Amino acid sequence: MSTMYEVLPGPEHFLPPAAASMGVRLPDPGQAHIHGKIVNEDDAMEAAARQFLSAKVPTIFPGPLVLWAWNEKAAKKATAIRHLYETIKESVTPSQQAMLIPMPDYRPKYPKINPEIEINPNHPNLTIWHNKIDACMFVGVHCHQANLSLKIIRGGTYCYTIAMCAQAGHEDAMVSFRDATADKIMRLADWVKKLKGSVEPPKD
Amino acid sequence: MSKERIKIAPEMFDIMPEEYQDLVDRATYGKEGRGWKDIGTSKELIEEHSLCAGCPESMAFRYILASLPAPEDTVMVGSTGCTSLVFPHVGVHNIHSLFGNQNAIASGLKRALSVRFPGQVKDVVVLAGDGATVDIGLDMTLQAWFRQEKFTTICFDNELYANTGGQESGLMQKGFVAKMAPVGKTFEKVKLPEIARESGCHYVVNCTVSKPNLVEKVIKNAIHVAREIGPTYLQLYTPCILEIGKNSMEGLQEMRDSEKPTERFAYKEYVSDEAKELLTELAAKEKERKAAAKKQLAGKA
Repeated sequence: MSTMYEVLPGPEHFLPPAAASMGVRLPDPGQAHIHGKIVNEDDAMEAAARQFLSAKVPTIFPGPLVLWAWNEKAAKKATAIRHLYETIKESVTPSQQAMLIPMPDYRPKYPKINPEIEINPNHPNLTIWHNKIDACMFVGVHCHQANLSLKIIRGGTYCYTIAMCAQAGHEDAMVSFRDATADKIMRLADWVKKLKGSVEPPKD
Repeated sequence: MSKERIKIAPEMFDIMPEEYQDLVDRATYGKEGRGWKDIGTSKELIEEHSLCAGCPESMAFRYILASLPAPEDTVMVGSTGCTSLVFPHVGVHNIHSLFGNQNAIASGLKRALSVRFPGQVKDVVVLAGDGATVDIGLDMTLQAWFRQEKFTTICFDNELYANTGGQESGLMQKGFVAKMAPVGKTFEKVKLPEIARESGCHYVVNCTVSKPNLVEKVIKNAIHVAREIGPTYLQLYTPCILEIGKNSMEGLQEMRDSEKPTERFAYKEYVSDEAKELLTELAAKEKERKAAAKKQLAGKA
């Protein structure tokens, strides 16, 4: 299905519309979306891997659902995320800097967060601006907080957003997966490995 | 056992902010006999608070959090006011209620927890200011006590609406002139401890937070009585130094001055017969525990 509205990197404006209100719909199981267009999951894997490899600062933002070992599934996902991060780190050139920055909680933090070590859903732009992050992936973040962050990022930064969602996906991300599992995250790592060297690194 | 519930995924430990690593490694969740003396030697359950420098409420928060008998099995219910600025930095489950309905929320919560976790101890502690407890939420406060809901209500009494600039509250003392109450209070401070006693609270204390050991004792007593018998109420004087024209360093002295025998925060306690029996029993057990620990320590030496 194609829509008139495309979910693209910003800065869009101060209050970008919710992509859902612009007609973007969520993928069905086995599907994903790129810029709001429903696609085959493998196409989205390739697109996400290309973004990681072509970004100056490809970053993963793991949230509380994977930062804490709530259960075996969560622990496996954490292992897979670390593997993905290491794979990205190994696959990029020395001029690129892969990062793994946690979103440990959602509380409004006073007087401010430390953008070098964490990201907060209430002002994710601070971490993105500070570290000059140009491609990021959310994983293990509760949906409502991810939606909030993704909109703020699209509104105020040029960062390319990817959502590895364990539920039904996120319209507000530029690439969104659904039903995330440890295996799916490992598959994404395989894609990064597969495309290593074939994607042009960013120009200075 | 309690620390088992809050493990960071090993692959993520190194990237977690230090405060979380500390909470897992050095906090006193699950520690028997935890108390205010742990402050300074372990990770407190409060991160940098956002209250004014020298605010007695921040002292009260630290002592209370250090004294909760089972923080990992406690849910605190807050309300609008300065306390709501602190709760985001607290390492205990908490709910922010609408202004005044904290005791109604706590009633439902306590019942839901007992259905969801039958046979397990789950403490509910309401912590709200005097505006929420006595003015806006008096209906909910009293109704919870009438119904004998098993949770503790703590009122941080600073005798006015401090967070909004100093309006008159029911707990303000007679004749006090505040920034937003220039005429001066024309009627007496509401006698909530007495009302609490008459409304069915089994353990009621009115005091300041100048002495940490006293705060620890009343917090533990109130929570144990609420757990086993019925509602309990603590009215703690936490003066707003800004609104009463004091400096940062003068909060402690203000509390000491207000707890003299003739003053309004002279220590006042009411304990029902049932609660007395329980507290005597608990004190005996605590004595036994301490003696055993001492013996064990001597054995090691």
